[in-house]
Amino acid sequence: MTDIAWIELALTAARPQALGALLRYFRDLDTAEEAFQEACLRAIRTWPDKGPPRDPAAWLIFVGRNSGIDVVRKRSKNDPLPEEEAFSDLSDAEGDMAERLDNSHYRDDILRLMFICCHPDLPATQQIALALRIVSGLSVAQIARAFLVGDSAMEQRITRAKARVAKAGVPFETPGAAERAERLGIVSAMIYLVFNEGYSAGITNPDSAAFCDEAIRLARLLLRIFPAEPEIMGLLALMLLQHSRARTRIDANGQIVLLEDQDRSRWDSQLINEALALLDKAIRHRKPGPYQVQAAISALHARAPTPKDTDWKEITMLYGLLERIQPSPVVTLNKAVAVSKLEGPEAALEMIAPLAEKLDGYFYFHGVKGGLMMQSGHRQEAREAFDRAIALANSPAECAHIRQQIDKLGAVTPPAV
Amino acid sequence: MLYAILCYAHEETVFAWSKEEEDAVMAKLIEVQTPYAQAGKLGPVGRLMPTTAATTVRKGKEEPLVLDGPFAETKEVLLGFYTLDVETLEEAVAFSKALSAVNPGSSSYEIRPFLVFRPGEIKHSETKT
Repeated sequence: MTDIAWIELALTAARPQALGALLRYFRDLDTAEEAFQEACLRAIRTWPDKGPPRDPAAWLIFVGRNSGIDVVRKRSKNDPLPEEEAFSDLSDAEGDMAERLDNSHYRDDILRLMFICCHPDLPATQQIALALRIVSGLSVAQIARAFLVGDSAMEQRITRAKARVAKAGVPFETPGAAERAERLGIVSAMIYLVFNEGYSAGITNPDSAAFCDEAIRLARLLLRIFPAEPEIMGLLALMLLQHSRARTRIDANGQIVLLEDQDRSRWDSQLINEALALLDKAIRHRKPGPYQVQAAISALHARAPTPKDTDWKEITMLYGLLERIQPSPVVTLNKAVAVSKLEGPEAALEMIAPLAEKLDGYFYFHGVKGGLMMQSGHRQEAREAFDRAIALANSPAECAHIRQQIDKLGAVTPPAV
Repeated sequence: MLYAILCYAHEETVFAWSKEEEDAVMAKLIEVQTPYAQAGKLGPVGRLMPTTAATTVRKGKEEPLVLDGPFAETKEVLLGFYTLDVETLEEAVAFSKALSAVNPGSSSYEIRPFLVFRPGEIKHSETKT
């Protein structure tokens, strides 16, 4: 790794804390981003000669704050004076850099930076784009490639999202305990969105596959600043477990490989071990939540040396728990799959029958239904469900997977149209 | 003398490495270790999982407290360790310098002489190959 590559990594790593602090000082996202950018340029100029500072984030905050003040002062020659309160931390600017960093603030700084990306008015894709731009510091071009849109279209989207956030007002007061917990939940959901975008779009687009790593990095960061939150442990464990199968869930031809057909020896044991350690820690808190339960289910797959060793009984029980904590037809559908392994396809078909209306537009529902119909020998119904699944497929890989199932069905009289 | 060589670094930066960058660094680190291993001077080498996976047991008023996270919140954290059996401190320093030269992530290597209480009986079920 070259010096510059290394410095860029250090800048990326320091970004959430440094930008979060600058946002608190300047109370304006654009000013904070400019100040951070300026500090990064100075870092690239001075670090190679002087060596990197021991605390890159502190260095960037100090330098960024000074350059930001200059910019604001220049602007203010024409504008009315800014309110003194907006620069409440400026008086001690000469003190020792590292010592002056107010550690009691940085958790909320980082959380705030993530939180402003999750504005409820913003659709999921814009939340993802904004978080990757602001918190992770990915370039607009990188994000545009992942979403398969042009640079200028993405630039516009991000600018609009930022304007929306600014208009809504950034919450600068230190949050109370209940508010902080609420923010943590919202930010966790955003991180999982980033992961899922990478997980699903990454099948065909390597630029989005990188989102999975980014989401894991954000979750580690969140857990480092809130180390005793079992749901964040659960979220991180869940993503690590899903990501541990990244190498095996798509074959060389870009086809989906089902969990039971994957080469388990190629699952990433390092990620699995970390996830299992996190899950053990989370369970000690005895505060189960949706992420922990989903991670626990995923962990049972990870622990099974072969598919037939899978503890479907425990998995069914966990889906039952998940149904109680977070009722949803999709959870019931997943539970039905587990039940089919224990009691056969008929029992599962019975369970999913009431879901048909709610999940009619859901690819996975028809895929599962087709599979269960096939197992129970209802070839005609299976064919109909698979045809419906193909019509709803989100990607060519999903489509191809269902076609394989149809091939297994063999020749069946096509349904009357 | 037995030395534990403790590697400290900024966790955020090390975990911002891509898989390729990580593999490249690891390959170079193994290159440094190989001659020491072949000479029978290298003992167990451990890599610590991120501090987010850590748990700390601390003396409490009545019974010990079990806390999430590492023992101390510091900018640089203990990332891993080597054990080395060499004649002189010079050799331990040379080994650490060689590791440092190929590891952009580590800020410091702490060299701590130690005594073996027990060589250990663990079968390495989670050995990283």
